[in-house]
Amino acid sequence: MRALSGLLLGLLFGTGLLISGMSDPMRVLGFLDLFGEWDPSLAFVMGGAVLVATPLYALAQRRDKPLLDACFVLPAAARVDSRLVLGSALFGIGWGLAGYCPGPVLTALGFGIREPMVFFGAMLAGSQLARGLLPPR
Amino acid sequence: MNIQDYLPALFGGGLIGLAAGLLLHLNGQVAGISGILNGAVDPGRSDRGWRWTFIGGLVLAGLIANITGSLRFTPHDSHPLWLLACAGLLVGAGTRIGNGCTSGHGVCGLARFSRRSLTATLTFMAAGFATVFLARHVLGGA
Repeated sequence: MRALSGLLLGLLFGTGLLISGMSDPMRVLGFLDLFGEWDPSLAFVMGGAVLVATPLYALAQRRDKPLLDACFVLPAAARVDSRLVLGSALFGIGWGLAGYCPGPVLTALGFGIREPMVFFGAMLAGSQLARGLLPPR
Repeated sequence: MNIQDYLPALFGGGLIGLAAGLLLHLNGQVAGISGILNGAVDPGRSDRGWRWTFIGGLVLAGLIANITGSLRFTPHDSHPLWLLACAGLLVGAGTRIGNGCTSGHGVCGLARFSRRSLTATLTFMAAGFATVFLARHVLGGA
């Protein structure tokens, strides 16, 4: 059941990414181009997402467990540390270079063009490299 | 600026939020794509099933949109491969180190009122803005 739920929700999430334009790296770069021809679309995407997710999150967490599993898997860390800031900065730079982040690039794999495939491969490599180099918390 | 221009963005965002909310409610998981992917690929995991089907769903959505020709934009290769590789490496490493991305921190983290996620979101946004500014307006690239 968890796998089926995963599939359907992945489809839903991906559809949202595609309809919103977030799967289009040029649109993302247009949002990040504050001093150029600024395209505020992404603000509406994130705004819409957070607007819907917030009450759903509140509702879900009133339960003692999710519907299909034994417990919620939520991030345990609470402190803002240098790892968080460094990682986010690196991510933001990479994002600003090509306009892709993990979700959109996965939908883009369905486009049959080369760019997302190269990005995706490098992304996996970067993640595994960092995992290998990171000291445990 | 016409509000109608931004309705797809708002609606698509709503679908993203809905998917995230349902993933928490049903599977008890945060819809942070970098985390889902890492958990699918990393050795020693016992919960790969839903991760791979979720990832499959994302790819399938793109494939269906591509096949049905319903994309409003024309996906095309527009950056040199070396740049894509660098960008990918940075995104992969950065999301690992920072423990999240636009969906994990920017949507789910904010939905949970997480201070860590707010910091992360502001940081990657600032880094993104700065990078595009440098690339487009200082170095004169695209």
